[in-house]
Amino acid sequence: MNETTITAQPGTPFIDVVREFDATPAQVYRAWTDPELIPQWLGPHGVTMELIEYDATTGGRYRYIHRDADGEYGFRGVFHVVVPNQRIVQTFQYDGSPDEVSLETLTFEDLGGRTRVRTHSVFGSVESRDGMVASGMETGQRDSMARLDEVLARAGNR
Amino acid sequence: MTVDDAAERLDRAFTALGDPVRRAMIARLSRGEATVNELAEPFPITKQAVSRHIQVLEAAGLITRSRDAQRRPCHLNAAALEELTGWIDRYRLAIEQQHRRLDAVLETIKEQEK
Repeated sequence: MNETTITAQPGTPFIDVVREFDATPAQVYRAWTDPELIPQWLGPHGVTMELIEYDATTGGRYRYIHRDADGEYGFRGVFHVVVPNQRIVQTFQYDGSPDEVSLETLTFEDLGGRTRVRTHSVFGSVESRDGMVASGMETGQRDSMARLDEVLARAGNR
Repeated sequence: MTVDDAAERLDRAFTALGDPVRRAMIARLSRGEATVNELAEPFPITKQAVSRHIQVLEAAGLITRSRDAQRRPCHLNAAALEELTGWIDRYRLAIEQQHRRLDAVLETIKEQEK
């Protein structure tokens, strides 16, 4: 199985994610930029995604809303540079903290039938980087709580 | 334990680890207990500076020091480190789930292109 490598060095405002996919750069790029495909995979487990706008071209922008039992979470950004099958530079912003904008550089590296995707995220401060990772932790906890609810509901209906 | 307590502990731990000397000390202690002098050995810094680094690691809960023995060796607090790796693992899990869904989307694309 392809392993995800996540590097978040303490005291830096960066997160680096590296993952290989069993597909060509053109196929991975399509999954990453096609508004029909994005909602099928982007975002945490257990949320629905409403794609409002997704124009993956240089100068284009995106906006989507994740919904779960607890509420709505809006995200938006602009595509600063889009080089098909090679590179995307985009901003990322959560509506809940509109002053925190991060810059993400994605590169699609051709490994001959396979593709290595690198995501380098730069946050405005170490604190906002840590906050971003911590929100992943909260999502994980929400997932766990939701699963517990399901288990309890099943047990109660027996 | 509330989420806020955990977040504060994580803040302290990450601040403590945001220093190369302290990271090297943690790496040394992962191989077994060590005295202050042993920890100081690889670094061209004063014993006073070493003591300060140890105090920061201790305050962050990453290491403990034996109270009884005269040499007062430092130990790694394995539980605190596990909490740190657990924290990054949950983030990793969220991203990994997303990547697996992307794998499935790519399989569909490949089927369509056949």
